[in-house]
Amino acid sequence: MNRTFVNYLGPAIAVGSGILTLIFAPLILGFYEIFQLTQYVILAIFAVSMAYIWGFGGILSFGHAAVFGLGGYAYAVLAINMDSSLLAFVLAIGTCGLFSLILGYFIFYGRLNDVYLGVVTLVVALILWKLINHTSGPGYVIGDARLGGFNGIPSIPVLELPWHGGAALDPIQMFRWFLGGLIAVYVALKLLIQSKFGRIAIATKENELRATLLGYDVRQYKLLVFVIGGSIGGMAGAMWATYQTFVDPNMFSLEVSAKVLIWVMVGGVGTLLGPIAGVVLLQALSIKLGETAFINNQIVLGMILMSLVLVFPKGLLPSMELLVTRFFDRSAAQGQGVSG
Amino acid sequence: MDYTIVVAIELLRAVAGLVLISTGLAIIFGMMRVINIAHGEFMMLGGYTVVLSAKAGVNIWIAMLVLAPLTVGLFGVLVERLIIRHLYGRIIDTLLATWGLSLFLIGFVAVVFGNKLEGVATPFSGIAIGEYSVAAYTIFLIGAALAFVASIYLALKYSKAGLIARATMQNPEMVEALGVNSKLVFMTTFGVGAAFSGLAGALLAPISGVIPGMGVNFIGPAFITVVTGGSSIIAGTLSASGLLGSISQSTAFLAGPVYGDAMLFFAALVLLRLLPQGITGRLFTRSL
Repeated sequence: MNRTFVNYLGPAIAVGSGILTLIFAPLILGFYEIFQLTQYVILAIFAVSMAYIWGFGGILSFGHAAVFGLGGYAYAVLAINMDSSLLAFVLAIGTCGLFSLILGYFIFYGRLNDVYLGVVTLVVALILWKLINHTSGPGYVIGDARLGGFNGIPSIPVLELPWHGGAALDPIQMFRWFLGGLIAVYVALKLLIQSKFGRIAIATKENELRATLLGYDVRQYKLLVFVIGGSIGGMAGAMWATYQTFVDPNMFSLEVSAKVLIWVMVGGVGTLLGPIAGVVLLQALSIKLGETAFINNQIVLGMILMSLVLVFPKGLLPSMELLVTRFFDRSAAQGQGVSG
Repeated sequence: MDYTIVVAIELLRAVAGLVLISTGLAIIFGMMRVINIAHGEFMMLGGYTVVLSAKAGVNIWIAMLVLAPLTVGLFGVLVERLIIRHLYGRIIDTLLATWGLSLFLIGFVAVVFGNKLEGVATPFSGIAIGEYSVAAYTIFLIGAALAFVASIYLALKYSKAGLIARATMQNPEMVEALGVNSKLVFMTTFGVGAAFSGLAGALLAPISGVIPGMGVNFIGPAFITVVTGGSSIIAGTLSASGLLGSISQSTAFLAGPVYGDAMLFFAALVLLRLLPQGITGRLFTRSL
């Protein structure tokens, strides 16, 4: 097997199993399971957007929830006010792209480094959370949409089917479209990472000074990565809004920002598939813990985050992979009687 | 005239508030270039120390001024030993680990003490200025902020420990070469920073009330003040607090407190675009 083939094997298997799930899961599983799975799919898109900007652009945003919440709220407000919820969906993504562009301009053209970047992004999400929480009065109305403060916006129109004259998605269709979206995002990002742009972005991440000296304007590349990640994160937020038909300010909360970081860290920074596994693993865990109801979710998240940093800095899944490959390498080496 | 005095006091209160909530953070940031994300939770622990001590019948001043900084300072040393120590030189990992600590502390305190608001009685009543009334506690807080700055200035400028701390801030390797254990300096600094955070939390407890998630209300302004100020502890904190405090308080007068917070952030964002290393990264670079 040559190297290129092996490199494409993993993504091909992932995309293949994704398409199989898209086709067969609604036939095998019950209505409720599909509804639950949709949630994982949306959060996986959110996690992939974070995995992209962190792992392939070196931008560690501490407030990625900002675009998630903004996408959700933008979709909610636009869908209530407009005839076409599909157009609202597209505009919500655009809103998040524009937001990331403006914020990114200040961050990257100010050449803010790691700590500053983390603090600024974290505070942006915090301020949005506070502002939205504050909008409970009757005066906070955009068109027909009342922002509702900490109560959120209820009864948001469900996303409609493209090319079907405005019929709303039923849960099975929603699952298939969103999973299709996840696969499309994954393939698109994978191609983007392989492209010249993607390679320069990685070079920027690895050594900013060297990339600059090679003649690349690192600010532009970082900004573009940030906008792409922000738009995808915003799309996940809009999907969340139409899935729940409800948004509340907690979409902006620090807990959401922390969760998406933890998913990516569990799956390993520098991969796109790992974070998807991270979502599945940790959301399943938090649902299980929710059933027991005597352990606080935040205690668990905090302990996972601390232990990830201290014990598995490469990520949980990559560390396990490393253990397994080491084990096989050793046994292979022993089998051939070769030492070292 | 009376109104002018009241407005001036309100402005001073905003500035003093920023100084109080950001000093502990600034000490840690100035020394190690690390933002302690669990800063708000350190303040929360200070607040809970006061609440619990007050319930146990301890004098409120002892609880506030002695027990809270002591408890949180010791806790800070513990955190440094258990977590931060392993992460020196890995700034991003330190941020992530302290964020984990922050979530853990919120959850833990909520489980132990319940997710409900605890109050502490304000120790003073109001003072009349003409036909207006100002809470005496506000004046006390402004005094406390002054005392924060003065004590750090004196300690850094005139004590041996302060000299070593300043040297370590400038060049840790050189200090190490001169026979100072820089790890010990970092540990002490983290403890002292934590103690100031705890003290600030205790001092603000009568105004804000105490609840496990209270840290969220402080960390935004605190982080922004420290980052805008830059790495000099005193000059940075004072200049950033003065500037951002007056901007946000003026906005709050005109449009409401939440917009004050938002305006504080926008002002800081513009300032950071112009001075990426904070105010003291470009101006007053040689000050403390």
